[in-house]
Amino acid sequence: MSERRSVSIRVPVLARVEGEGALELDVEGGRISELKLRIYEPPRFFEKFLEGRGFEEVPDTVARICGICPVAYQMSAVHAIEAVFGIDAGPWVRAMRRVMYCGEWLQSHSLHIHLLAAPDFLGFDSVVGMAGEHAEAVRRGLELQGLGNDLIRLFGGRSVHPVGVCVGGFHRAPDAEQVRDLVARLRAALPQAEALVEWAAGLPLPEDEQDFVSVALRHREEYPMNEGRLVSSDGLDCSIADYERHFAEEQVAHSTALHSSLHGRPYLVGPLARLNLNHDRLPDAVRSTMERCGLRLPSRNMFHSVVARAVEVHLAVYEALRLLERYVPPDQPFVDVTPHPGVGYGCTEAPRGLLWHRYELDAAGQVRAARIVPPTSQNQARIEQDLRVSLEAFGLEHDDDALRLRGETVIRNYDPCISCATHFLRITVNRP
Amino acid sequence: MSDKPKVAVHKFSSCDGCQLAFLNLGEDLLRLSELVDIVHFAEAGAVAPDAAADIAFVEGSVATPEDLERIEAVRANSRYLITIGACATAGGLQALRNLADAPAWTADIYATPAFISSLDQSTPIAAHVKVDLELWGCPVNSRQVLAAVRALLYGVPPVEENDKVCLECKRRQGVCVLVAKGEPCMGPVTRTGCGALCPRFGRDCYGCYGPAEQANTSALARRFTGLGLAPEAVARRFLFINSAAPTFHDEGVKWREGGGT
Repeated sequence: MSERRSVSIRVPVLARVEGEGALELDVEGGRISELKLRIYEPPRFFEKFLEGRGFEEVPDTVARICGICPVAYQMSAVHAIEAVFGIDAGPWVRAMRRVMYCGEWLQSHSLHIHLLAAPDFLGFDSVVGMAGEHAEAVRRGLELQGLGNDLIRLFGGRSVHPVGVCVGGFHRAPDAEQVRDLVARLRAALPQAEALVEWAAGLPLPEDEQDFVSVALRHREEYPMNEGRLVSSDGLDCSIADYERHFAEEQVAHSTALHSSLHGRPYLVGPLARLNLNHDRLPDAVRSTMERCGLRLPSRNMFHSVVARAVEVHLAVYEALRLLERYVPPDQPFVDVTPHPGVGYGCTEAPRGLLWHRYELDAAGQVRAARIVPPTSQNQARIEQDLRVSLEAFGLEHDDDALRLRGETVIRNYDPCISCATHFLRITVNRP
Repeated sequence: MSDKPKVAVHKFSSCDGCQLAFLNLGEDLLRLSELVDIVHFAEAGAVAPDAAADIAFVEGSVATPEDLERIEAVRANSRYLITIGACATAGGLQALRNLADAPAWTADIYATPAFISSLDQSTPIAAHVKVDLELWGCPVNSRQVLAAVRALLYGVPPVEENDKVCLECKRRQGVCVLVAKGEPCMGPVTRTGCGALCPRFGRDCYGCYGPAEQANTSALARRFTGLGLAPEAVARRFLFINSAAPTFHDEGVKWREGGGT
């Protein structure tokens, strides 16, 4: 066995990730000499498309950045625009936005756990292969995913690019009968979600302790979704309006997505970062299930991301049920909106982590400038950092297939959303 | 290998939302995988981009020089090529860049534009290779893709929906948002398939399923000015999700250049 051999691994098309990415790995003299998560999905220029559009066109535009998390884009956008206009959409809208967001977490996390991540840990190529031996888990996962989609449909008519969200609230309120049906299904799903947490915690996950900085929103009472301050595990605590003072993005040659840094260093956003920073905000029922399954927080094992996703599935079912159980149709599902010039910020927790928007609007409410920072570009530098550490810890003496699979597993663990990352971003730092 | 029909799902420049028409199928996805062999579908785990397929679904628009080569290969390897969604069928929202100076945008935004491989235009698949069936929508839904698979498995041509959203809205007894609320609804010129979702949610259709057959866009555009829309706002109604679909493109550009009135 030669530890000194040269290895060159190319994974030209990453499977089971959203969008188009590739992995390039070179090993020389027992060390990683080159490692790139190459993102070649073409840029799509969304911020430019927004310029000159009316504020009411923004939610339908930004949804198209991502088919898996359109609700997140709509939520960050409407909060930013309402901040420009100085609007408070009120308690009904606030609660229902949280329910709709729960639907997206449920949908996206269930999809990732079962269709994208779990096959790695259980030794299959795809969920179809896994469905034979793990039929019950797969069926449960697909049902939870379907329930998430139906929650989004309740407010948006369809789960991909839903049509119900507007600045000020919703175009239409769900009727009480539809809500009753979903409440019954959510109630039935609660034990399923608990079982999912147990199942995820029991997966044969690699042990891989690493040092990393977690970044997430933090709300004074709730587990964060639509509101909060930006906090990090190394002491950051700032308003979302101050994002640009602490975070920077730069272009690298091998990627159409930009790399983000916090005070010059990579950082993690997403379920594990959220849970590390906000586990004290979980409802008791969700926290006790998690603790019974043995997850200790904060965790430094990146592979606990899949368990964190399961915990957030449980949270989403619990929260949606809590908020819909006392559903009362409103007189009007939106507040009236009067345009006002200015700059506003919106930052919400997309399934994959922080999604930060900034809009500058004119007096008629037309967009003069927009900036959007999605979670995957924030995680990109962190993914490369993780790959170096975990592949060396795994052992570079492993054969190419084993190294390739471990590398892909590490990447998939972040649930990267490459379409989001290449929606096109604005440069704030130049490379020399 | 089995003798089941082979299905591939290829992605080009897109948001991945149309692939969800498969990934959101729930247990039907498992049933589908019993009826056909899914030979390539990277997001679902099957990677064989050069595999021969009886049915190739293509999501996304052609936006890079590599895409040009890739779509030729997909065509050569596929018996039926079906585009799914606005990007593949009409260039998508990102075709808005065709109306602007894309290289200047790249230079404006990326510090090192030379690293960015991107064509000036985002174009539909049919601009490059023969397409056997186009499924419109942003996004397409599961009903549309399964209907196409079923029809081809039975050996009959898939039914094409080119009726208007407006008619479907009437059939479903929706309240007309254009008449009742003065909303600039695109339903009278937009292809159905969505179930007339927007008007039934009390809002204006924004044309995400693309132009219907024989759409009278100029009459609708004039009606929009009667609702108080400025020519530039009329143009934006047509130059949105399907800005490169010729019917919408021509009407939108006419108004943008001030020629509508």
